[in-house]
Amino acid sequence: MGVVEADMRAALDQPLLSVTGLTKRYGARIGCSDVSFDLFPGEVMGIVGESGSGKSTLLSCLAGHLVPDEGQVTYSGRDVLAMAETERRRLSRTEWAYVHQNPRDGLRMGVSAGGNVGERLMAVGARHYGEIRGAAADWLGRVEIAADRIDDRPSAFSGGMQQRLQIARNLVTGPRLVFMDEPTGGLDVSVQARLLDLLRGLVRDMGLSVIIVTHDLAVVRLLADRLMVMKGGRVVEQGLTDQVLDDPQDAYTQLLVSSVLQV
Amino acid sequence: MTDQAYNFAYLDEQTKRMIRRAILKGLAVPGYQVPFASREMPMPYGWGTGGVQVTAACLTPEDVLKVIDQGADDTTNAVSIRKFFQRTAGVRVTESTGEASVIQTRHRIPEAPLREGQILVYQVPIPEPLRFLEPREAETRKMHELEEYGLMHVKLYEDIARHGEIATSYAYPVKVEGRYVMDPSPIPKFDNPKLGDCPAIQLFGAGREQRIYAVPPYTQVVSLDFDDHPFVASKAPHDCDLCGADESYLDEVIIDDAGGRMFVCSDTDFCAGRQAAGHRGRLSPAEVV
Amino acid sequence: MYVAVKGGERAIDNAHAWLAEERRGDPGVAELGVAQIREQLALAVNRVMAEGSLFDPDLAALAIKQARGDLIEAVFLIRAYRTTLPRLGASNPVDTGAMAVDRRVSATFKDLPGGQILGPTFDYTHRLLDFKLAAEAAVPEAATAPALAGPVPHVTGFLNRDGLIEGAERSDATPPDLTREPMELPADRALRLQAITRGDEGFVLSMAYSTQRGYGRTHAFVGELRIGRVAVEMDIPELGFAIEIGEVELTECETVNQFKGSKTEPPQFTRGYGLVFGQSERKAIAMSLVDRALRWKELGEDDTGAPAQDEEFVLMHCDNIQATGFLEHIKLPHYVDFQSELELVRRLRAEAMAVQEAAE
Repeated sequence: MGVVEADMRAALDQPLLSVTGLTKRYGARIGCSDVSFDLFPGEVMGIVGESGSGKSTLLSCLAGHLVPDEGQVTYSGRDVLAMAETERRRLSRTEWAYVHQNPRDGLRMGVSAGGNVGERLMAVGARHYGEIRGAAADWLGRVEIAADRIDDRPSAFSGGMQQRLQIARNLVTGPRLVFMDEPTGGLDVSVQARLLDLLRGLVRDMGLSVIIVTHDLAVVRLLADRLMVMKGGRVVEQGLTDQVLDDPQDAYTQLLVSSVLQV
Repeated sequence: MTDQAYNFAYLDEQTKRMIRRAILKGLAVPGYQVPFASREMPMPYGWGTGGVQVTAACLTPEDVLKVIDQGADDTTNAVSIRKFFQRTAGVRVTESTGEASVIQTRHRIPEAPLREGQILVYQVPIPEPLRFLEPREAETRKMHELEEYGLMHVKLYEDIARHGEIATSYAYPVKVEGRYVMDPSPIPKFDNPKLGDCPAIQLFGAGREQRIYAVPPYTQVVSLDFDDHPFVASKAPHDCDLCGADESYLDEVIIDDAGGRMFVCSDTDFCAGRQAAGHRGRLSPAEVV
Repeated sequence: MYVAVKGGERAIDNAHAWLAEERRGDPGVAELGVAQIREQLALAVNRVMAEGSLFDPDLAALAIKQARGDLIEAVFLIRAYRTTLPRLGASNPVDTGAMAVDRRVSATFKDLPGGQILGPTFDYTHRLLDFKLAAEAAVPEAATAPALAGPVPHVTGFLNRDGLIEGAERSDATPPDLTREPMELPADRALRLQAITRGDEGFVLSMAYSTQRGYGRTHAFVGELRIGRVAVEMDIPELGFAIEIGEVELTECETVNQFKGSKTEPPQFTRGYGLVFGQSERKAIAMSLVDRALRWKELGEDDTGAPAQDEEFVLMHCDNIQATGFLEHIKLPHYVDFQSELELVRRLRAEAMAVQEAAE
C-alpha cells in the first residue's frame, strides 16, 4: 500500500463534518437543541421531521447562515464557528454547496444559465471565457438541460429545469459537502422522480458528502445512507436509513413511517 | 483676487484636514473607498462636489490649476469650477496640461502624459463598481472586504454571451494592485490604460456618496477581462479633423442637417497644441498667410 | 468651418444676468423684502430651516427670495452657507418639556394636565380661497390668554409612569453627527433621526403615508404634538456653567404605537419620535412614523420588505439636496461617454447585420 493510498484510507476514517451539542434558540423558543453527529466522506445524511422540527434551523447553522448559541462544528479538522467570515465564505463557494428549496433563492434570475453555472468558476479565478462556457455547457448536459438553452435566463425555465440548473451551478466547482434543503419540494411527482434519479447518480459519481433536509421519506429512502429524525428541535432517533425506516424505535418515528405507508 | 469672506479654497482648515486624512488613507490602500464626511458645497451634488472638495484639500497658493469636463477646458461646468477656485483660492489657472500642478477632471484623462508631482482629481458620480449588480452598500462593502468579485465577471460573461464582446464602453472596471476592484469614474475605456503605472497621483472624489479613493504613482491598474477576450481600448476609427491626430480620443460633432459629421479631439488643449505646432486635419481652415 | 463650443464663460455670465432679471420680475411691481418673506411666508421659511439644518429665519427668507421661491434651491443655498460656518461647540440637549408652547394637542387623551391648545393651525379652517387677502385687508386682532406657567409635561410621561409604554432611556452618550461624519450603516436611532429631520418633507411624508397604507404598518396615534420655543443653552468652560444663548422654535411629535409584546415582555406601547425646526407639523408627524417603522429590528418585528422599513433605502434617498443634484447632473455634458456608447452600438449593429446578411 502506497503512502498516498494509506493517507486516503486514513482520511476516509476521519469524519468530514463533526457536529457536537449544537443549539440554537430564538428568544425563549428552541430552534434546535443539543444536536450531535458525524458525517463521513461520501456519506449522505438525511434529516427528516415535520415543519417546525428544527431541521431547517440545523441546516442553516451548519451552512453558516445562522450563528448557533452553543456547540461545535468541525469541517475537515477546522472549527467552522471560529472561522473568519472570509474563510467561511470561501469554503461556501469552493468545497461547500447549498441547494435551496426554491431555485429562485439559489439562482440569479437575471443572469443566463451559462452565467449562473459559470459564476462559481469565476469566483475562484477562472478567466478564460471559452473554458468557462465549455464547463457550463458540460454541466448543463449533465443535468439534462439542452445545450441551446445556455444563453436563456432561468425565468424561461420550468420549475424542474430551474432546480437542475441550481444543482449544476452548485456542483460545477466539484464541492465535497453539499447541503440540500428540500430539493424536490414544490415539484410535480414525475419531475421529482427524475430529479431524484439525477441527484443519486451525481452523488454516487462525484462521491459527494450530502446533508439533505426533507419531510419526504421517499427522498431519504432513495438517497440517504443514514437518517436523523427530528421533533421539537431535538433528534429523537438516528441510524442507518433502512434500519430506521423498517424498524423505527421511537414512537414519533413510528408515527411518521406509518403515516407515509398509509398514503 | 480672492473672496475675503471665505477661507482659502472655500473649506475651513478642519474640514481640509479631515479630507486630507481620507486622501492619505486612500493612497495607503490603493483602490479602497474611504468614507469621508462630505460637505455641502455651493454647487449641486453630482456636479463635481467630491472632486471640488479633494481639489480644495490639495491646493496650495503656489498651485496652477486646470479644470476639464469631457476633456475640454471650455465646457460650462469646467468654467464654473475653475472660476470657483479663482474666486476662493486665487490660484493661477491654466489650460495647459503640462503647466498644471493640479488637474480636476470629469470623464477624461488628458492625452499628454502626466508627470511626477502632478495631481489628477477625478469627479466621481457612483464610486461603487458593484453598485448596479448589488444595490446595497452594506453588502458591496462586504464583497470588497472578502474580495468576492465573481459577480463582476458574471456581468462581463453575460456581455460576451449576448453581444460577442464586453459591452462596457465607459466606467470600465479595473483591479488595482491585484486587490480592489475600482470604478475609474465614467472615463471612456480608451483612457483606462493611462490609469496604470502613471507618474502622477490620481485622486477620486465622490461627494454625494461620501467616498474618496486613490491610485498612487506607478500603481498597477488592470482592466478586467477574459484571457480569450482581452480588454481593448477603443476609439472612433478616424483622425481628428482639426489637428489630424490619430491617437487621441475623438468627439463626434454633427455639422449639418444632412447627417454630415466631423471628429475632433475631446482634449481641447492637446488639439490646440498640435494645431499651433502646424498639424492639420481634414477640415482645418486654410493657412492664414 | 466648425468652431468648438467656446464661450462657455460668457454664456454663463449672460445666463446669470438673465436669471437675476427674471428673479426680480416686473420692476413695476414692488420688490419683496426679506422681512416680508420671513413674516408672511413663515412656513416656507420653516421648511428651509429644517431641511437646511440651520435655524436662522432671516437667512432662510433671503434664500427663498434668491431662489425665486424654489424651496429646494433655497435649502441648497442654506446648506452651502452652513458648510462655511465654523463649529464653535455643541449646545446642551434642549428640554422640550420646558417649551413655551403655542400649540399642543393629543389624539390619545381628551384632556390632560396643561390642556390642549390648538394654536395657529389650518386644521379646522375651511379650505376656501379667501379673496379678501387679494385686497390686503387688515387682520382683526386674535384673542389672547395668559401664557401657561411652568413646564408642560409630556403625554408619554403619563403612560411611562404606568409602564404602558416602552421606556426612553436617558443617555449621555454623544450621538454621531451626520454633518461631520460619513453616514455609516447600519445607523443607530440618533443618526436615523438626524437624517430624517433634514430629509425632504415630501419624501418623508410619502414614506410615512406608505406605512399607514400597510407597507410596514405600525398603528400610530399622535400621543402628543407640540410647537413652541425652547431655550438653547451652552456650557461655557470658562464660566463652569451653562448659559442661555438663544431660543429656537421646534415642532415635536411623539406617537404611541401598538405592540403585541413577546414571550419575554408583556404587551406595551412603543414610540415614534419626530423633532423639526420651526412650525413644521406635517414633517414632524411623518418623521415619527418613519422613525417607528425603521425600529422593527430592535423591537423584534417582522421585516415585511416595506420601503419604510428599509434603513438603507430611506436614509440614502431622503436628502433632497443629494437627490436633486444627482438628478439634475444628467443635463451636464456626457458626450464623451455617449461617444463611446455610440461606437459600441455601431460596431455591434454592424456585426449583427453582417451575420444576418451571411445567413441570407
